[in-house]
Amino acid sequence: MTGRRLATGGTIDRARPIAFHFDGQAYRGFAGDTLASALLGAGVALVGRSFKYHRPRGILSAGPEEPNALVELRDGARREPNTRATTVELHDGLVATSQNRWPSLRHDVMAVNGLLSPIFTAGFYYKTFMWPAAFWEKVYEPLIRRAAGLGRAAAVADPDHYEKATAFCDVLVIGAGPAGLDAALVAARAGDRVILAEQDFVLGGRLLSERGRDPIAELGDLPNLRVMTRTTVTGVYDGGTYAAIERVADHLAIPGQHQPRQRLWRLVARRAVLAAGAIERPLAFGDNDRPGVMLAGAVRTYVNRFGVAPGSRAVVFANNDDGARTVADLHAAGIEVAALVDPRPVPSAATIAAAQAANARLAAGVSIQRARGRLGVRDVELSDGTTIACDLVAMSGGWNPTLHLTSHLGGKPRWDEKIASFVPGGLPPGMTVVGAAAGDFGSGYEIAPLWRVRGTRGKSFVDFQNDVTVDDVALAAREGFRAVEHLKRYTTLGMATDQGKTSNVTGLAIMAELTGRGIPATGTTTFRPPFTPAAIGAFAGHHRGRDFRPTRRTPMHGWAAEQGAVFVETGLWLRAQYFLRPGESDWLTATNREVRAVREAVGLCDVTTLGKIDIQGADAAEFLDRVYVNGWKTLPVGRCRYGLMLREDGFAFDDGTTARLGPEHFLMTTTTANAGTVWRHLEFCRKVLWPDLDVQMTSVTEQWAQVALAGPRAPDVLARLTDVSLPHMGLAETTIMDGIEARLFRLSFSGERAYEIAVPARHGEALVRRLMAEGDAFGITPYGLEAIGLLRLEKGHVVGSELNGQTTAGDLGLARMMSAKKDFIGRVMAGRPALVDPERPVLVGLKPREPGAILAGGAHLLPQGAVATAANDQGYVTSVGYSPQLGSWIALGLLARGRERLGETVRAYDPVRGRDTPVEVVSPVFYDPEGSRLHG
Amino acid sequence: MRLTCPHCGNRGIEEFAYGGDADRRRPDGEPFGQAWMDYVYLRRNPAGAHREWWYHASGCRAWLVVTRDTTTHVVASVQEVAR
Ligand SMILES: [Zn+2]
Repeated sequence: MTGRRLATGGTIDRARPIAFHFDGQAYRGFAGDTLASALLGAGVALVGRSFKYHRPRGILSAGPEEPNALVELRDGARREPNTRATTVELHDGLVATSQNRWPSLRHDVMAVNGLLSPIFTAGFYYKTFMWPAAFWEKVYEPLIRRAAGLGRAAAVADPDHYEKATAFCDVLVIGAGPAGLDAALVAARAGDRVILAEQDFVLGGRLLSERGRDPIAELGDLPNLRVMTRTTVTGVYDGGTYAAIERVADHLAIPGQHQPRQRLWRLVARRAVLAAGAIERPLAFGDNDRPGVMLAGAVRTYVNRFGVAPGSRAVVFANNDDGARTVADLHAAGIEVAALVDPRPVPSAATIAAAQAANARLAAGVSIQRARGRLGVRDVELSDGTTIACDLVAMSGGWNPTLHLTSHLGGKPRWDEKIASFVPGGLPPGMTVVGAAAGDFGSGYEIAPLWRVRGTRGKSFVDFQNDVTVDDVALAAREGFRAVEHLKRYTTLGMATDQGKTSNVTGLAIMAELTGRGIPATGTTTFRPPFTPAAIGAFAGHHRGRDFRPTRRTPMHGWAAEQGAVFVETGLWLRAQYFLRPGESDWLTATNREVRAVREAVGLCDVTTLGKIDIQGADAAEFLDRVYVNGWKTLPVGRCRYGLMLREDGFAFDDGTTARLGPEHFLMTTTTANAGTVWRHLEFCRKVLWPDLDVQMTSVTEQWAQVALAGPRAPDVLARLTDVSLPHMGLAETTIMDGIEARLFRLSFSGERAYEIAVPARHGEALVRRLMAEGDAFGITPYGLEAIGLLRLEKGHVVGSELNGQTTAGDLGLARMMSAKKDFIGRVMAGRPALVDPERPVLVGLKPREPGAILAGGAHLLPQGAVATAANDQGYVTSVGYSPQLGSWIALGLLARGRERLGETVRAYDPVRGRDTPVEVVSPVFYDPEGSRLHG
Repeated sequence: MRLTCPHCGNRGIEEFAYGGDADRRRPDGEPFGQAWMDYVYLRRNPAGAHREWWYHASGCRAWLVVTRDTTTHVVASVQEVAR
C-alpha cells in the first residue's frame, strides 16, 4: 500500500506542519492529524505486530475501536503502552514506537508463532500448559508473556500529575456528532445547564468524515453550554453519575507547568443523552488482517477529514450501502476503485450507480475469499475465481450502535433484525439514546448480514487484537463452549484492551450461525466501564506518595522536629516516635534515655492526638453509663475516671479517661487510632438507640493541644506554671501563662506522678516551649511513642495490640470494671458462653528466662516440650519492649488460663524470626506493682 | 451512587459509611439468647426496598435513614434519624 497526502481537502491545517518520530524515523504531518492519519499520509502502512501470531498489522479504523495500531507513545518515564494511534492527536515532538516485535517491525522473529498456530488456537492456555504444573510459573508463563506481548509500561514513576474534578449539569450530552450537537443545542437553548463531552479533539464526529456535510454546526456562545473536547465518558454509575477522562495535556509532549496530564471528571447529570454514534464491523475473510485492509468508514475518514489517500487502487467490499458511499468518496478524491464487491445477489440501485460512476467493476453476489501480500495487501481473490490487484481494501460488515454506556448499569441490548445489530435495551435512569447509537442509521441503510466468508484459506480474523479467528469460534462451538460468556473466555474474544469493539457482535453471530440457535438465543453483548482504557494515574489523581491521604500535624510539630523527633504515622497523625539527640543513631538508645528520664526526673510528651469528645446534657452521665462498662454517675465534678467501652458483640472496643467538668458536662478521651470510630459509635447510640436522652456532643480533638508531664519532678515543673494542686485523677480548669485558658489533669499511664495540660490549640507550641524552659533545671526530656509504649508496658496497661477486636474485658484483666448494676453496650453479649470460657487466653506478663534474650510481637506461646502445631498453640505475644529499669526485654501476651500459670515457663515460638525463647509467665505489672511512685 | 443528606445536600457515596438494616431493634432488657444473636449478627438482605442506616462520615457526621432499592440503587428517601 502506498498511502499519501491528497493535494487538497480535509480539516487539517496544511500551513502548520508537525514533525514526529515513529520507530526512530522522522516524519511530518499536519496540525489536525492523528498519529494514524499522519502515518498513512507519510506512506507508513505497517504499524504493529499482532498479539499471538506476530502478524504484520496496519491501521484498521479511525477511532477508539482500533485493535491493531497500538503504539508506545512518548519515551522514558512518560512512555505509555498500547496507545491507539487512531486517537493520538499529532503534536510537535511526538515520539511513538511499534510494539510486540523484535528486532524490527519488518523482521520479527516471533512471527514463527504463526507457523505454530495449531497450538495457539482457542483454549491453548488450558490445553497446552496443563502439565507439569510446576512448569507454569517457571517456563510457560514467562515464555507466553514474552511471545504474546503488549507494550512496555515505563518502569519509573510517572513525572506528570493527574487531578479529579466534579461538575454538575442538567443534561450531559455524550458525543458531538450530528445527533449530539443537535441535542446539546436544543437543551441549551431551552435553558438547561448542558455539558457536551466529546472524545475527539474537535467537534463533529461523523460530520468530519462524510463528504458534503458541514463539519461543524455553529454552537454559538451559550453560557450554559460547556463543551469538553478530548473528554471520553468512560462509565455510568448510580444516581446520574458519569465518569469521564479529559486528556488535558496528552496532545503536548510535556504538560505545561502545573498542568495535569489528565483529569478524571465525575459528572453528575439529571439527564444524559447518549449520542456516541456507531462502530463499523470488519468482514471475516481469509487474511483480512493484511495491512491495507481497512474499515470503509475509516477510509472515508482518512480521505475526507485528513486529506489522506490510504491507498492508490482500492477494492470496496461491503454487505450494505456504505459500499456505495465509499466508492463515491474514493472516486471523488481521485483514487482508483478497481471493484465494488457486494455479496448481495441484487445490490441496491445506489450501489449499482456508484460503481458505474466510478468505473468500478461491480461484483455482485461475490465475496473476497482472501487478501494476499505479506507486509501489505497486493491483491484479493474473489469467490468467482478472479483476482484483483489492489493496495487498499475498504470493508464494511455493517455498523454496531455504540451502546456500551447503556449497559453499564445492567441494561441488556436487544437484537434488531433490520440493522442486523444490537440496539440499546434497558437504559440507565435518566438516559436517552439518539442517532446512530440508537440504531438510527438513516433511511438509506440496507444490510444483508454476512458474518463470515466460507471456504477461505488463510486466517479469517474476528478479534484482531487477540488474534481470534473464525476457526477458533468454530472450535469453541465444537467443544461445547457455546454460551457467549464461555466463548469469550475460551477464545479470549473481546478480552483485549479494545474490549471487542469491532469483534463481539461478529463472534456472537458466527457462534449463532454455527449452532443454529439464532443470535438472541446465543447471548447479548454487555459492557463494563471503562469504555476505553484509562490511566490508573487518573484514578489516583493527587493521591499518591505523601499525598496519598491527608497528614495531620499537631500544633507542636515544628517544636518536635527541632528536638530531633523521628515521626511515625498513627492514623493520619504524625507523632514523634522518639527524639534523637546529637550522637544518637538508633531508636533503642534514644528510647532508653527517654524512659530513664521519666522514671528518674521528668519527661514531656505531646498527647494532642488523643480523641477528645465534649459531652453535655442532663443525661450525659446516663449516656456514659450506657456506653462504658463502668459507672459514671458517682464521679464527682473535678475528677477523671478510666473507662472501657465494648462493642455490642461483647469485645473490647476502646479505652481512655473521661473527666467530669460539671454536673452535666464531661470530656471524654479516646485512643488516637479509634477517635473517628468512637465518635461514629457514640453518635449512633445517641441518635439511633436512645434518642430520648438529653445529651449533646462535639469533637474537640483539634481545639485543644495537650501535653503530658510525667516523672518524679513533674510536680516541680507544674508548680512553675500554676499553684493549683490536684489529687490523683483530679482535674482543674484554670489559667496559666498570663491568662491562657487551661485544663489540668492528674493522670498517669506510666506509674509516675504525671499531669496532662491542655490549652487552646493555638497556644500549644508556646506551652511546650515554656514547659521545656521551666523544666530545664529538673532535667526535662521530650519522649515519644516508643517510650510511651514501654512505660505503659512496664505497668501492664493495654495498648492497641491488646485491644485488637478479639479480646474481652475479662481477657484483659478488666472484668471487675464491668458494672452489674446497669445495662451497657456489649454487656449481654460479653456474657455469652464463648466469651467467658475459662480456657480463653488472658493478659499476662512475660519475661525471658535467659537474660538478654530478645522478644518479638507475634511469637506463639507453646507449652515447654510441645511440638509447634496449631493444636498446641496457647496464645501469643502482643506487646514487647526493652525495660532499662529491669535490664531485660519484657512482653505482654495472651495465654490460655494465664492468670493461673504465674511462675510457669512457656516457649515464645517465633518461626518467622527463627527464635524459640523460654519465657516466664509473670504479672502484667512489671514495675512498682504497689503504685508507691504514683501516690508518693 | 449519591445521597442527598438533609444537612449537606447531594453528595457522593464515598462520603458515607454503611450502617446496615435500619429496622433492627436493640433487645433492651432481654437476657442473652436468639434475639441478641440476631440483633448483632443477622442482617436481612432483601431484593428491593431496604431501609438502612448510613453515616455521613466526611460530612455532618450524622446517622441517616436511607430507603434504597437494592436491585437498582434508586434512593427513595434520605431522612434524619427521628429524634
Ligand atoms: Zn451530611
